Amino acid sequence: MSSWLDYTINGLIVGNVYALVAVGLALIFGVSRLINFAQGSIYLVGAYIGWVAVVQLHTPLPLTIIVVAVAAAIVGLIIERFGLRPLQNSVRIAPLLATIGISFVLDQLVMLTFSPNPRALPSQLPDVRFQVGGGTIGPLDLLIAGVGLTSALLLFVFLRYSKLGWAVRATAQDRDAAMQMGVDVNRVNQAVFGIAAALGGVSGMLVGMYYNQIDTAMSLQATLKGVVAEVVGGAGNVPGAVIGSLLLGLVESYGVAVFGTSYRNLFAFLLLVVVLVLRPNGLFASARQAPPEPLTGTFIAPSRPVRIPRWALAVAAGGFAVLPLFPVSFYVLQTLINAWLLGMLALSLTLVAGTIGQVSLGHAALLAIGAYSSALLSLTFSVPVGLAIIGGGLMSAALGTALISPSFRLRGHYVSIATLAIGEIVSLVILNWESVTRGPIGISGIPPLSLFGYDLISPTSIYWFSFAVMVVLALLQGRLLTSHLGRSFRAIRDDDIAARAYGLSLNRYKSLAFIFGGFAAGISGGIAAHLYSYINHETFNTQQSILALTVVILGGLGNVVGAIVGSVALVGLPELFRIAAEYRILIYGIVLLLLVRFRPQGLLGTI
Amino acid sequence: MGEQLKSLLSLRGLTRRFGGLTAVDAIDLDLAKGELISIIGPNGAGKTTLFNLVTGLDRPDAGTVSFEGQDVTGLSPERLAAEGIARTFQLGRVFGNLSVMDNVLIGAHTRLRAVKPAVPVIGPLLELGLALLRPSSVKAEEEKLREEMKAILARFGERLLPRIDQPAYSLSYANRRRVEIARALALKPRLLLLDEPTAGMNPTETAEMQGLVAELKAEGLTILLIEHKLEMVMRLSDRVVVMDEGKKIAEGPGEEVRGDPKVIEAYLGHGLATEQESAA
Ligand SMILES: Nc1ncnc2c1ncn2[C@@H]1O[C@H](COP(=O)(O)OP(=O)(O)O)[C@@H](O)[C@H]1O
Ligand SMILES: [Mg+2]
Repeated sequence: MSSWLDYTINGLIVGNVYALVAVGLALIFGVSRLINFAQGSIYLVGAYIGWVAVVQLHTPLPLTIIVVAVAAAIVGLIIERFGLRPLQNSVRIAPLLATIGISFVLDQLVMLTFSPNPRALPSQLPDVRFQVGGGTIGPLDLLIAGVGLTSALLLFVFLRYSKLGWAVRATAQDRDAAMQMGVDVNRVNQAVFGIAAALGGVSGMLVGMYYNQIDTAMSLQATLKGVVAEVVGGAGNVPGAVIGSLLLGLVESYGVAVFGTSYRNLFAFLLLVVVLVLRPNGLFASARQAPPEPLTGTFIAPSRPVRIPRWALAVAAGGFAVLPLFPVSFYVLQTLINAWLLGMLALSLTLVAGTIGQVSLGHAALLAIGAYSSALLSLTFSVPVGLAIIGGGLMSAALGTALISPSFRLRGHYVSIATLAIGEIVSLVILNWESVTRGPIGISGIPPLSLFGYDLISPTSIYWFSFAVMVVLALLQGRLLTSHLGRSFRAIRDDDIAARAYGLSLNRYKSLAFIFGGFAAGISGGIAAHLYSYINHETFNTQQSILALTVVILGGLGNVVGAIVGSVALVGLPELFRIAAEYRILIYGIVLLLLVRFRPQGLLGTI
Repeated sequence: MGEQLKSLLSLRGLTRRFGGLTAVDAIDLDLAKGELISIIGPNGAGKTTLFNLVTGLDRPDAGTVSFEGQDVTGLSPERLAAEGIARTFQLGRVFGNLSVMDNVLIGAHTRLRAVKPAVPVIGPLLELGLALLRPSSVKAEEEKLREEMKAILARFGERLLPRIDQPAYSLSYANRRRVEIARALALKPRLLLLDEPTAGMNPTETAEMQGLVAELKAEGLTILLIEHKLEMVMRLSDRVVVMDEGKKIAEGPGEEVRGDPKVIEAYLGHGLATEQESAA
């Protein structure tokens, strides 16, 4: 019994921390219909500012909290002013991509400043525990509960009794009406981002103290948890976000009690997927809400794609095909092999995110499914490698589509959340399903690439093989785009309501897009597995998903040639300029931000 | 009405509530084959919501919709499109990044046969395969549709044909409305719902649109029209239905309805908002 009380207390305390993140997300969503994917990064920044204050400046606890809140709020204001405000009148996908870019830039800046190694963040509180009923509670628990309650109270008073708070509520209710009544929406956004960031930063610091450890992986986890709590409570619903957070904390805590720690996140994401599917408006919203009317064709930036003549494409392809015949270094070939593998992933993502408008943030999961399937087929069942890779592609197509299918009825930002969560679920299942995936040990000794009994060992043969596979996939995708499916996909992206009114089933066509895209990504993962000879649950991670997304935006959403050009550019240019690995992700994030701001249609234009 | 049997569409007690507001309140309506009924009423009367209920984009809280004698209440918009119900949208919902031709071809989506075999379960996979392989039957079907679409676009004179390959976002407002109507015609509808087709058009464009709707009616198409421009309504309609605050407050031939004191009051009571709009 006593342990149950402990788990309950622990669940509520952790839930309290999630609430600080989720309330910020809810406030932002309320006024700008935006899910701020950078919220976790502010939480990370808060944790590190707390570390600087405590460990280097030796500030007393109350001062530490104030320093963290103010510094984080400033970061939030900067994000609002320079990252999002310039995008106010742009297409709906722009702010979504911008917050993703900002989060990568912030995380990377923290990592470069403080190194990726975990650090200890002492809580400055006496290490005692009090008996409460059958469980125990420490001063830090009380502090977290106190901060949570105080913030809730302050927020309530602000929203209820201040003029700015009134403006925030009015904007959340009806933005256009609020603007007509003279509400300054920029000030409202500022207020909301400032508050959200302050809460998020303090939350990060408290969590660091709670576990006495901070590291840069905290960011993504916090974003995910905050989003889960917010969606469970109903996007934009502030009290709902608090209840959703407590519920999430309890679900996780009890889940850990029954199944063990490695299942903690699995429960969070399963809860998210269940809520998204069954009650996409949250637990407390009325079950049936008609979609708001005007959502016309403004999801992606309209543009006329750059037309590249066929002969030019043929010449370029021919040039790359004969490249190994010239005395090029191993290093160049290796770089281009990476570009071709990324190119296949980008082809897949540009179809899914660009052509049919489902901005997937968990695309690396498709690589992982393809890689594991192909590796296991060849190792366990001695399937020839060539066939195993195709098997990986098919498995990724089938399983990926099945996993994502519950979220086919979602739109815009929700699709991104769902794919992010499903990507995490895949990686957690790989980690925990030891009998099949060999868990954290990973799979080693994967046979090398081979075709019709000939091993492809030399860089030249691997180069040709991966290039040929990518070209075939690109040609198929190009053919798909010129068929009735291409126009059906694009119609669904531009206006899914009008598309349905003309008989296009969203389930059917989103499935077909994911089947085709899943196949390409699975093939890429399969080839990678045989190339690396060792894979584990971290080989295909969120960074690859984001890199692929940056490639796709760079090339132009939906643009097949753009996906390949973008891959060569983003793999090749950092090599050319010898940019150290740790700066690369920072550069990808900055590239993403600059593109969203200045050339949303990418280099070659959206199709 | 005694025409029950011949009616293509009948609504019985159709009701939709949004929170405390009853946007559509127990509407009964019968539409015979070949008939053109106009629905008029001040802004917020519930006309568009009624269209949403008929086309499956929204589901009624009470009441039934039947089409050709079959109960179709609550069917998905995809199913209803396949049954032959096409609509245009009040605010205009063209596919911005698609060319004019592709927009109109989407209208013909429910008529694709060769590329969309009606095989259960693996039908979608066959569709993917056929789209990639493109056997001659698929090519021929696509070609035939394209020719047909050009004929539909030709109904709009030189407005759309020269812009056939341009993306819809680059068209003028009036041309986008025309693309929407062309897309609806591409479905070969048995019932056409037009939601304020002339909103924002100048008098010349309005007259053109009126001519087109008259042509469609003469061809025997059954049409439900929401329209604020009363002159057009009077010219085209077999009957006029007046809605206010979700309820049907009058129904009958245009001249009769126009003089109805309840109708005049509904319009005056709403500050003539709609009259001003139709003048604009
Ligand atoms: N999705 C919705 N949610 C809430 N209220 C709605 C929704 N759609 C329409 N309404 C309300 O229903 C009423 C009727 O709207 P509508 O059918 O668009 O009127 P009309 O087309 O006659 O101008 C209006 O008061 C409108 O605000
Ligand atoms: Mg309307």
